[in-house]
Amino acid sequence: MARSTLSSRFRRLDIDQYDENRFVEEPEEAAAAEPDASPEVEALLRQGEALRAFHTAIRSSPGNTRNPAMKEQAQGTMLKVLTSFKSSEIEQAVNSLDRNGVDLLMKYIYKGFEKPTENSSAILLQWHEKALAVGGLGSIVRVLTARKTV
Amino acid sequence: MAYHSFLLEPISCHAWNKDRTQIALCPNNHEVHIYRKDGAKWSKIHELKEHNGQVTGIDWAPESNRLVTCGTDRNAYVWTLKGNVWKPTLVILRINRAARCVKWSPKENKFAVGSGSRLISICYFEQENDWWVCKHIKKPIRSTVLSLDWHPNNVLLAAGSCDFKCRIFSAYIKEVEERPSPTPWGSKMPFGELMFESSSSCGWVHSICFSASGSRVAWVSHDSTLCLADAGKKMAVASLCTETLPLLAVTFITENSLVAAGHDCCPMLFTYEDSQGVLTFGGKLDVPKQSSQRGLTARERFQNLDKKASSDTANATLDTLHKNSISQISVLTGGKDKCSQFCTTGMDGGMSIWDVKSLESALKDLKIK
Repeated sequence: MARSTLSSRFRRLDIDQYDENRFVEEPEEAAAAEPDASPEVEALLRQGEALRAFHTAIRSSPGNTRNPAMKEQAQGTMLKVLTSFKSSEIEQAVNSLDRNGVDLLMKYIYKGFEKPTENSSAILLQWHEKALAVGGLGSIVRVLTARKTV
Repeated sequence: MAYHSFLLEPISCHAWNKDRTQIALCPNNHEVHIYRKDGAKWSKIHELKEHNGQVTGIDWAPESNRLVTCGTDRNAYVWTLKGNVWKPTLVILRINRAARCVKWSPKENKFAVGSGSRLISICYFEQENDWWVCKHIKKPIRSTVLSLDWHPNNVLLAAGSCDFKCRIFSAYIKEVEERPSPTPWGSKMPFGELMFESSSSCGWVHSICFSASGSRVAWVSHDSTLCLADAGKKMAVASLCTETLPLLAVTFITENSLVAAGHDCCPMLFTYEDSQGVLTFGGKLDVPKQSSQRGLTARERFQNLDKKASSDTANATLDTLHKNSISQISVLTGGKDKCSQFCTTGMDGGMSIWDVKSLESALKDLKIK
């Protein structure tokens, strides 16, 4: 018999939520409205300046916002930039980032994996390989443990 | 490097006696086993059975030769050696969740227990009633306290907890000690005073350690970072995002060098540059002997390609001494300012003793400041 035959209805009550000392998430301060850089990034992409578009997108990524629309937009822009790179240029782009940049890139790569489109996964896997070589397993761990997601 | 495999199960926690001839460890169950070194072998001399839950912390007071153990049964016991038998004394911790870590203070007149009840119990012996009494430090801890370390002045206590912060509290008990003199962490130290709190990192703080002088505190957290707060620099925090899996244990071996180990199964050296306030990675301390690269036959190459989709010849087995995560590091000789030997135990049930001098000579570009 795999299931307990006694009534387990009482287990649906979460007693910790009635504890007066329970952990309450700190309210985030409202971040200042980030200027939207996506038109600038797209313009750079059209001109063929993929590397500069990449750096602009990384720099202007919304760090503290809780606004899901802004995050979606930033993710979309980032994905466009990542997919517009040629395979041979990826390594150079990754090497031009600092440690925080590599961590941020890894977060966007995994976000991109979550919503796969036609060709995105293949190019994202190449980005992942190069980012892993620079950031190591630690950068993936930081994607998993981050409290502020992109 | 001497490696000894005690068990096939993880070693939950360990502690050494004063002259490093005996080790007390918990073999992942409700007991504590004490082993004594007999030449090259280890023989079990005592089995301490009193806990009803897994023993999560052991500490051995070097001068008074007392053991304190704490477990998931929400209890702590202080053990004293009477003749050839260890006798336990129950300490009522007044907690309603498991105890997670325990540490004797430097003068051994009190000990601190961190627990899942989001508080720290500071226990001291009350002479009149002939029993151990405890006081709680609650605010502002929001989650389980995973690790503790005492400052050399016997009053300040550093605590790392699951709410992603490292904090330094005052655990001054007026019944057992004099008022402490001012330190770089602050001058007013009433019981429970918060002297320092780190800003949130993003991971549970697994292990925390004061330097030998007490003016620096370092901690490792689950987001693969190592941080150090320097009281001499107005409590500035230097942090390093490592490229490894999360570290589980850290200790100072000199005032500027740290050894940390964790899920990568290998101890690593980190250095703190005093002038710039920067932490850097110094190198892995477990460099396996280079095994000769034998060429793969064509058949093996195709098999690799078929099974693993790569013709990579890298070995899939671990080359490190420990075959599973290292969960605890302890300094054996030399103290935290001039450590010459340290010991690691891990989830592979093995205990390994590392000699700093031979590591320095074996790994040529290792610099221990």
